[in-house]
Amino acid sequence: MSTTRNLTFGEVGEGQELPPLTYPVTATTVVLGAIASRDWRPMHHDRDFAINRNGTKDIFINTPTNAAWFQRFVTDWTGPKGRLGRMKFRMKVPVFPGDTMTLSGRVVRKSVDATGCCWIDLDLAVSVGDRVNTECQARFALPASADDNPWQRHGDRWQP
Amino acid sequence: MTEIASDLPAVVRDLIGKPHYVEQTEFPIEVGYVYNMCAAVEDGNPLYWNPEVARDLAGGQIAPPAMLSAWFKRHHWMPGAGGERKPMQLYFDIKDMVGLPEGIVASNEASFGEPVRIGDVLTTSQYCRALGELKDTKLGRGRFCTMDVVTVNQRNEWCGTDTYNFLIYIKGVR
Repeated sequence: MSTTRNLTFGEVGEGQELPPLTYPVTATTVVLGAIASRDWRPMHHDRDFAINRNGTKDIFINTPTNAAWFQRFVTDWTGPKGRLGRMKFRMKVPVFPGDTMTLSGRVVRKSVDATGCCWIDLDLAVSVGDRVNTECQARFALPASADDNPWQRHGDRWQP
Repeated sequence: MTEIASDLPAVVRDLIGKPHYVEQTEFPIEVGYVYNMCAAVEDGNPLYWNPEVARDLAGGQIAPPAMLSAWFKRHHWMPGAGGERKPMQLYFDIKDMVGLPEGIVASNEASFGEPVRIGDVLTTSQYCRALGELKDTKLGRGRFCTMDVVTVNQRNEWCGTDTYNFLIYIKGVR
């Protein structure tokens, strides 16, 4: 069994802030994410198209890559037993090469459902400077104890 | 809940709440794409990189849940595939049928079920859940439209649902 550190439900409190993550975005960051998410649309790899057709200042990070950044940000904190159940986005301003983005988050609610699954609801954001570029509400399951494992929940025992 | 505007033609009303464009992934889920995505966001989660951890925690190697939408993006080119290859074809069909050529995503929510496993073959179905009354908006006259893309695996286990709320509209008409 893995000895990787995993956060348990009891170790988390409502209002708790996640440790922020800062990352310098380059054109490579944008293109790697677009390719990995199989998004071939030119505004995510062709600067000329992005500027002259889309009217944006450069190519920009796509939605699935944004989701992957949020997922990584949260599971860096929870450990691998943290299991994503739900995610909702509001993309306000694109993130461009040259931006230094900061991911931040806060636990807004803890709950236990009828099956005994332990949930945390998080408010997450990507910001560049003082501006919030993307807002996200996410729901993750955490282990109730060191012996619990949300990934072993299936069918009716998994109700995100 | 399914909301259907009262003034829609029968042919459009008949589309709502039923599965359309039931399609399989173009290839079995492969670990190379998982590594590409983890590399793109520098995600070192051992659940995706270490087969032993994956076996212990999830019963085998899985894809990150947030990658779900990637599996249904079509190849940029395939032999014999002509014309533009659009995802969410039902959305484009409905826009055409109700004469509202423009559209924007107002919000997007995804829920994730059974993990997607390496080697899985997934099936997706597109649903229009709601198509509202005509409204005047800042962008023009249009309707709010809710669409789901529901994914199951080869055992018919639910893997996830992507829900999109669109405003479809015609520019400048109010």
